[in-house]
This record gives sequence, structure tokens and C-alpha cells, in this order.
Amino acid sequence: MYVYSAIISLTSLGLTLGFLLAFAGRYLKVESSPVVDELEALMPGSQCGQCGYPGCRPAAEAVASGDAPVTLCPPGGSALAEQFARILGVEIDLSGIAEPELLVAKVSEETCIGCTRCFKACPTDAIVGAPKQIHSVVADACTACNKCVDVCPTECLQMHPVEITLKNWRWQKPVVNNTLEAAA
Amino acid sequence: MKNWLKSLRIRGGVHAEERKDATLELPIVSSYPVAKKLYIPLQQHIGKAAEPIVKVGDSVLKGQLLAHSQGLISAPVHAPSSGVITDINFYPAPHPSALPIRIIVITTDGKDQWIEHIPVDDPFALEPEEISVRVAEAGIVGLGGATFPSAVKLNLGRQHKIHTLLINGGECEPYLTCDDRLMQERADAIVDGIRIMLHGMEAPIAKIGIENNKPDAIKAMTKACQPYDNIEVVTVPTRYPMGWEKQLIRFMTGKEVPAESRTTDIGIVMHNVATAYAIHRAIRKAEPLVSRIVTVSGNATKRPMNIEVAIGTLISDIFSICLTDKDTTARIVMGGPMMGEALPHSDMPIVKATSGVLALTQDEITVADEQPCIRCASCIQACPVGLLPVDMANLIRSNQLDSAVNTGLKDCISCGSCSYVCPSHIPLVHYFKYASGELVSRQQAQHKSEQTKKLADERSKRLEKIEQEKEEEAARRKAEKEARDRAKAEEGVAV
Repeated sequence: MYVYSAIISLTSLGLTLGFLLAFAGRYLKVESSPVVDELEALMPGSQCGQCGYPGCRPAAEAVASGDAPVTLCPPGGSALAEQFARILGVEIDLSGIAEPELLVAKVSEETCIGCTRCFKACPTDAIVGAPKQIHSVVADACTACNKCVDVCPTECLQMHPVEITLKNWRWQKPVVNNTLEAAA
Repeated sequence: MKNWLKSLRIRGGVHAEERKDATLELPIVSSYPVAKKLYIPLQQHIGKAAEPIVKVGDSVLKGQLLAHSQGLISAPVHAPSSGVITDINFYPAPHPSALPIRIIVITTDGKDQWIEHIPVDDPFALEPEEISVRVAEAGIVGLGGATFPSAVKLNLGRQHKIHTLLINGGECEPYLTCDDRLMQERADAIVDGIRIMLHGMEAPIAKIGIENNKPDAIKAMTKACQPYDNIEVVTVPTRYPMGWEKQLIRFMTGKEVPAESRTTDIGIVMHNVATAYAIHRAIRKAEPLVSRIVTVSGNATKRPMNIEVAIGTLISDIFSICLTDKDTTARIVMGGPMMGEALPHSDMPIVKATSGVLALTQDEITVADEQPCIRCASCIQACPVGLLPVDMANLIRSNQLDSAVNTGLKDCISCGSCSYVCPSHIPLVHYFKYASGELVSRQQAQHKSEQTKKLADERSKRLEKIEQEKEEEAARRKAEKEARDRAKAEEGVAV
């Protein structure tokens, strides 16, 4: 007799909880993983595609699901990789990652014909100009995404390294000599 | 016993070879021919650069305002001698990178003629706020090397109701004796400056901390303080970095300044002795800060001295006065050997922050290959902040900057004690300087990426809106056309 009551009560309990879970799964569904949102917020957001994914969002999804390594984003450099690793709880060796070179677009005034193609292509409105007037780049808003370089008919738009001034000059990382590396 | 207990308050530090003998006994040299050209940088302080109010071709007198201060934290710049402005342009900054900085060039006329200035007989009749205003107008910044505008510090002191003004006469860096000589020769003026500061900050008492390797300075200052009950000289042990604000406060008052907070939070403000002297001159004689005392030393200098030099004088001009041998100079250092910075060449001007210029020979500098860390923990014992330099350097070497910050990177004061004691010659401070700079870059990059993301969002919204408007317009036209067609058709039927 006890056996039947046990079977009945456990079955009903299992069914109830199962239905609850099913309802929760349908009505309390989270549209996107919060981890992916968090990762995407950290990424540069210029949708450059250097990682091999069509944009920052798909790349963040791949990192979150473990399909891609945390070091996939070249513009993010080791700073981004370290943040990713912390969020996802992954151990990484950062010593091999190259830091991205800082670039900024510049218009060569001799060859600019004022065709307006570049500022239509710029995703951050960093280029100003008018038809048949020389265009100019607002360096603070330029993300060095290269989109303007691709559309420029006279190749007057080129990427240049960011000019070093007293404001952005930094100490270089000390170079570890080779004998030391070998000893370690 | 009491002294022994007090000495427990000193954390870390090193006892570096002093090497002060060369200039210790020599009086300050203040009469020398002013250089033919003076190069005055517009930024010699923490904060915003000053904005010039003179043009090329203008004649200026000594002490005339050259550039206005900009914003709350900034300082003006004055002409260090009389002459003609010959250029306002970019020249190499006195900085290891020698990158360009905006500089006003004065070709001096040799007369060194002062602009008219009215001395103040009784500074204590002035309102405390007026003291700050005059100190700000005189372009005075912290002359210990930090170059924080002094007027801002005086205002902070007044707002925070501080109970003690501490005066830093530590001068713990090897070679440097400029503060020592200043205290020996001009003690009365310094004490007067301190009294004016007390008045300006509405603070009750002042204490002057002097390292015990300067007995003559202690004697002179004690004598000058005699008439005033509220100013006292405190002898502190000689141990680098005693001149670091928080170390000196801990020793003199027994209080610890919490991490990431200011000294005003515990009711204390600290100024350097040279700043006190500059304030005395600015208030009593109405003379702006146009010169400072600089220690010129190092074995490559044949006539080492303390010299009161016009701001903007090229280091090469000073070297020729002090007979510095170019060929034996292996390294030029601005400031002290521990925290100062190596300069690539000597065609750079003396600025308000320059406490010393050292021409060091090969024998005086250690160039040794880096060896592996032997985990001796010397650096941990030497750190005056109580950090773990060895761990921080390892984290930075493997690019884990966030972890380095958690280990206390932001509290590092780059005093160099760890590098000094390291038996393996690991450039520990270099790692910390690199990491601090890299963190700032990352913050700026983060900020920029947030801003550009916003821009990109706004653009896509705008494009969407334009697209939508176009569609609506097309729909409206279509509807109008249909209406017209229908009307025509109806007309046709009616006819």
C-alpha cells in the first residue's frame, strides 16, 4: 500500500515541477544571454570583422559559448582578452598577444576631390565635408575601421599611426633579455 | 626609548649614498649673467597649460605676466628677465621623450629690469582669501617637484579646516642640497612664508620636518622659529623617501593617510620649504615665481653649486657656468637620482619643478644586466607603501594589469626604493611606470569606444529615420496619385 502512495505522490510531484519548469522556460525566457551582452559591451563595436565573425555580436556569442578563444579580437588587444577571461573564468597566458597599433584616418588635402563618399561610409560620423570641398577627419571620433579608405576614389584617405605628444607618451614595457627567458 | 618607538613609524625605505658633500658647504650663487635666450614652457605645473597674452616682438620686463592660467587647476607664467619675445612655438620639453611643448622664447637685454611692483608691508592685514589669490597670480606651484598649484592647496586647507601645516624640509634625494642651503641662508624668509601660509589657511600650528643629516639647517631654522610659539622644527631620521608626503606625515604626527585620499582628509596640508620661500617673496615683495634654486652636481661637473637661476635658462647654459664636461657626462638627470628623469640632451630649459640637474659619469650610474628574481623579498622590505613589488612586476610582465591594480599598483609612488635594493637589477619601477601609463591609455581607449559607440548608434537611428520618412513620402504620393486618377476617372464618367 505504502508503495502505491509513494509512486503516486512522487509522480505527481515530478509532473507538477516538470510543468512549472516548462512554463518558466516558455514565459520567463531570457531573450539573449546576459553574458553575451556583457561581452559585446566591452568590444570595440566597430564591426570590423578582423576576428572572422560578421560583427561584434556574433563574435561575443562565439566567445561566450566557447567556440572562439578569448583572444580573438585584435583591436581589443590584451586589455580586452584579460576582461573576457575574468568574466568567463578562463585562465589565459597574455604574454604572446600583440598590442594593436593605434591608427587614425587622415585626408591628404592635395588629392581630395570632395566626392563625399567617405563621410557617407563613416559609421561614426567622424568625417566632415561638403560636395567639392576638402573633407576632414575628426580624430577623436575615428575608430580606424578602414571603411573610408575602401571607398575613397583617389586614395587620399589613409590610415596613419596616432601622433605621439607629451599627453599620450607612455613608458615602454621593459624588455626582458633572452638569457633570462632561457633561465626561466 | 621614545625615539626608538617613533622610528617604528617609518615603513620601508632605503639608505642611499648621500653624495651631497660637493655642494653642501657652498653658498647659493645668485649673481651670474642672465642667459641670452630664455625658453619658458607654458606648462610647468599639473593642470591646464597657460595661454599666452603676449605676441612675438613685444618687449617685456622681469616679472611681467606672459600667459594666463586656464581653469581652476593651472598656473600663470611670468617673464624671468627683461627683453623681447622672439618666438612662441614648439621646442623640446624637459622630459625623457624630448617631445615638443609650447614655449615662449625671450631674447634678454641683460638689464634684468623689474616691472613695477608694490611691496606689502603687513600681509597679515590681508584677508586669507586674498593670500590665495596673490599666490595664484604669482604662478607659485609646489617646488618639491610635484608642481601642484599652491593656491589650490591653500584653498583646500581653508575649506577643510586643517589643524597642522607641515613643511617638508626632508630633501631625501641624494646629491640635492638646494633646500638645505635655502634653509641655512634664508631661514627668516622661509619662516615668514610659513606664517603667511598659516594666515592664508587659517591654520593654528606649523611643523617643519628636517632630516638629521642637515644639522646646520636645523640650527638656522630653529633660531628663526624662536619668536613664534606655533612653529616648531622636528628632526626626522635620514631615510629615503622621507620627503614623501605620507611618510613624513606618518613620522611626524603618527597618522596614516588612507589610500586614495588626500592629506586634508586628516586635517593636514604639506608644503615644501622652497614653496614657503616663494610665497614669502610673492606676498611681501610682490615678486612672482621667476627663479628657483637648482643644485648642479655630479662628477662630470667641475664646479658643482647651488645656483638661483631664472626659469627658462637652458641646462646647457648652466652647464657652461658650472664647467660641466660633455665628454665624461654619461647621463643627464633632472631632479634627484632616485626619482628624477634622464634627459636625452641638455638643450632643455629649467622649469619650476627642477630641483637639481646632475651630470653623472659612467662610474656613478649602475648599468647591470637583469638577472632572474631570487625571491629574496628585499623589494618588499624596501617599499615605503607596503606593496609587493615582486608580485606586481610579475603580473605586469605577463600583461595582467587588472590583477596588478588589485595588488596595489595605483598606490605605487615610483620612489625607486625597490629597484635600488634589487640584487638582480630588475627594473621594477620601470614596470610600474609602464603599467600606470598603460592603464591611463586603456581608460582613454575605453572612454573613446563608449563615445564612438554612441555616435554609431545615433547615426544608425538617423539613417533609419530618413529611410522611414522616404517610405512615408512615397506612400503619400502613391495615395495622392490614386486619388487624382480616381477623380479623373469619375470626371470622365460624368462627362
